[in-house]
Amino acid sequence: MGLGAYIAVSAALFALGIVAILVRRNILYVLMGIEMILNAANINFVAFNRFNGGGLEGRMFAIFVIILAAAEAAVALAIVLNVFHLFNSVKPAEADLLRE
Amino acid sequence: MEATDRLFYGLVGLASLAAIAACTWIGGGAGAAFGLFAVLVLAGSLTCIWERSVVRSAFCLIGTFGGTAGLFLMLGSDFLAMSQILIYVGGILALILFGVMLTPPDLTERKLPRVMAGLVAVGAGVAFVAAKVAATVHWVEAATLAEPQHETEQIGVAFLAYDQYMIAFELAAVVLTVALVAAVYVARRRKIDLEEEGAEG
Repeated sequence: MGLGAYIAVSAALFALGIVAILVRRNILYVLMGIEMILNAANINFVAFNRFNGGGLEGRMFAIFVIILAAAEAAVALAIVLNVFHLFNSVKPAEADLLRE
Repeated sequence: MEATDRLFYGLVGLASLAAIAACTWIGGGAGAAFGLFAVLVLAGSLTCIWERSVVRSAFCLIGTFGGTAGLFLMLGSDFLAMSQILIYVGGILALILFGVMLTPPDLTERKLPRVMAGLVAVGAGVAFVAAKVAATVHWVEAATLAEPQHETEQIGVAFLAYDQYMIAFELAAVVLTVALVAAVYVARRRKIDLEEEGAEG
């Protein structure tokens, strides 16, 4: 399969991540959507790297994306726990302390 | 299981089979493998969005992450595929499940019209952009793909060579340490909270 097929899969995965963030009113779905989007970006990096000479740059970038995704997931989960503790809710719309 | 759920899973299954068949028809054995992994990725995230329960959604993500690892394998990057499985399925998914278990379930949160509207709107947008891109952009691909060789060794050398990625490697280690310590600090129960709960209970 050529480059276009990989780009198509990654575009669809990116779009589904956006849908997960927009459609489900739950912080955990926002987290999952972000992970989908990062995965889509990674597929793009590795695919372009593969079909464009096959150096190491794209794969290195993908590795750093994975590393930062792990850090992001840990911090985001801690924030989710705190938000739930404060507002007794996992809906992003109800975390509105600054409005009052 | 409701009728809409049955309809949805039936449609997803049929579309998956059709996609795998189409990829096999186009690309033979490699096409079949690509189709399988692509279907895993897309069906996993689709059912993740659709599912009512957060736990099931989190498990659907296994398909997405595992399929991505398979696509990395197809692209000749076995080190990335392995780290994808280790970190995403073993780490991030476990973290998300941890979060799911620490928050209450809300089975009324999924609104079917909203899900359908989101899927249709974003699907139309992606189809539009994809049509534009397919019509105007011509990817320049290398004529012959080099055989991937000793990727793990290359990456290890690149990480430790001071003129390549050593600084970034060390910085990533610092970022991970700081982020994990900060996560523990942010997520801890403060002493004052525990005392309040003790007074209530």
